Amino acid sequence: MSTTPIAATTPDPDTGNRLARGADAEVGPKAKRVKRRLTSRTATVASLVIAVLWTIPTFGLFISSFRPAELIQSTGWWTIFQNPGFTFENYSEVLLSASQSSPQLGSYFVNSLAIAIPGTIFPLILGAMAAYSFAWMKFRGSNWLFILIFALQIVPLQMALLPLLQMFTTFLRPLQNQLHDVLPMIPEQNYLPVWIAHTMFGLPLIIFLLHNFISEIPGEVIEAARVDGASPGQIFFRIVLPLALPAIASVAIFQFLWVWNDLLVALIFSGGTQDVAPLTQRLAELTGTRGQDWQRLTAAAFVSLVIPLIVFFSLQRYFVRGLLAGSTKG
Amino acid sequence: MTTADLIGKIIQVVGGLAIFAAIVGLLFFLLDKAPRRGKDYWQLVVFLAPALILVILGLIYPAIRTSLLAFTNNQGDFNGLNNFVWMFTQPAILNTLLNTVIWVLLVPTISTTVGLAYAVFIDKSRGEKIYKALVFMPMAISMVGAGIIWKFVYDYRQSGTQQIGLLNQIVIWFGGEPVQWLQTSPINTFLLIVVMIWIQTGFAMVVLSAAIKAVPVEQLEAAEIDGTTPWQRFTNVTLPGIRGSLVVVITTISIATLKVFDIVRTMTAGNFDTSVIANEMYTQAFRAAEPGRGSALALVLFILVLPIVIYNIRVMRKQREIR
Repeated sequence: MSTTPIAATTPDPDTGNRLARGADAEVGPKAKRVKRRLTSRTATVASLVIAVLWTIPTFGLFISSFRPAELIQSTGWWTIFQNPGFTFENYSEVLLSASQSSPQLGSYFVNSLAIAIPGTIFPLILGAMAAYSFAWMKFRGSNWLFILIFALQIVPLQMALLPLLQMFTTFLRPLQNQLHDVLPMIPEQNYLPVWIAHTMFGLPLIIFLLHNFISEIPGEVIEAARVDGASPGQIFFRIVLPLALPAIASVAIFQFLWVWNDLLVALIFSGGTQDVAPLTQRLAELTGTRGQDWQRLTAAAFVSLVIPLIVFFSLQRYFVRGLLAGSTKG
Repeated sequence: MTTADLIGKIIQVVGGLAIFAAIVGLLFFLLDKAPRRGKDYWQLVVFLAPALILVILGLIYPAIRTSLLAFTNNQGDFNGLNNFVWMFTQPAILNTLLNTVIWVLLVPTISTTVGLAYAVFIDKSRGEKIYKALVFMPMAISMVGAGIIWKFVYDYRQSGTQQIGLLNQIVIWFGGEPVQWLQTSPINTFLLIVVMIWIQTGFAMVVLSAAIKAVPVEQLEAAEIDGTTPWQRFTNVTLPGIRGSLVVVITTISIATLKVFDIVRTMTAGNFDTSVIANEMYTQAFRAAEPGRGSALALVLFILVLPIVIYNIRVMRKQREIR
């Protein structure tokens, strides 16, 4: 289930298996009968009220994003039947308009993807390698080192930001400038610092989660491959990774959404220009400078929500698993 | 965005991935060529060193540096406990600390309570999956997005004109006057807390729902035969059965709340007495050019999280001994 202390306290102490199976336990018909009687009419009403309360804010924003600007600014979205109006203009404006005053979200959307994809793959591969070494290689201090990495996942990011930024300015900046000189297509502000920061910050959690799973892989499989003369790289990429795929999928989705939704790391390491900054940073900026342009803000917010929502509704099972396992990150 | 920009970006991503693959490939290639003797050692280096180096450079070394920076002024000179004296004497910063305490008290308790109640209410009801998805959805979206969603709910228009924010409209339906919610202290802090509760309740609900389903049916049936009321069954059978998960949910939400940044940054930027430690740390270190003060705030944040870290380590060590 959840990261950590958790596994010891829940009825199913096996985090690895949990990750693979998902959290839902099957319950027989007997259970259904007993539990249904607990559900009274008041409970149904209460749960309906909570569900509606939780959905209305998003729903209101969603409706508004399709309303013409004058209507958004002059009437509430709940009066949509008295003041009907429907338009895609808000979306086309925030995404496609090239005018200086428009949000120009297109390039930020590309940035979000360009940050999130490597920002997921890099730490996942390196983390899986480290998790494999913790699970299957014996060395002195391995226990101690693993506990240290485990503890690091809860340390606030804030502790690392300033010195890391200084390090990047000293060592990474010259490299970026050189790259720009050789390949002028790549701007001086590039994705490198954000990728590296997300990789560093993602590793502790990924190592911890994948370790639990990779240590469950039957030892005979790995031993058999070794006897057949497979190299360490072959064992890792051909046997360990495929066997750990369900866990990797969950962790990957979690890390992807974490990077996609992140604001803090972006604010500090992206430089804030159209070359690098992701959607979240642009949105935060827009709410600050154009807090009353609701026709833009509503549509812009939904542009940033669309990928997480697709991931959420199509891969909910994996997402829940990753979230349950990795909720203390940050 | 011009096409050239787009091509530049695609080149960066593809190039970045290719270079990464090349480095990993080279490491494994060299490992293959390594001398037989000491191969185990080289294998360990190839698998573990990249991650270890990144974690040391990116987290351990910076955390130590930040702890030291907390005792320096904005010129980088040692100034003892001045930053902490400053923190606990400035009314604005004291307010920030107080706000953080309010956040940590309210968010975990309310979201866990509501999440638990909801999980119990919908357990085994028709459409449980949809009920769950509706409340859980805020967990998938960014806190920036959530901030915008709620800022729209709290929007203010002058009295007499049509309101476009739902909250003010409700106030008017009940005969009140519209309020500039986000500018009015102290109510604004509580309204920001509502956003965090909105996000975290789904998490509490999903974890606790799974825990409730794991409570043995026999115990519930036995209690029912003994003639207990549903409430008695809940407090005497279900609650003890999910205690472990409850602890997890509360600590997890507490950590997330201590570090809350995006919501405050998006909705008020910490103005109007709404700032919290994580936001103030960013403002001091990256906006006000006071790295010492920012680091001191980060250190306070770390000290607040520390008990939870130690608790988790102890639980995990116990768990590893059992294995």
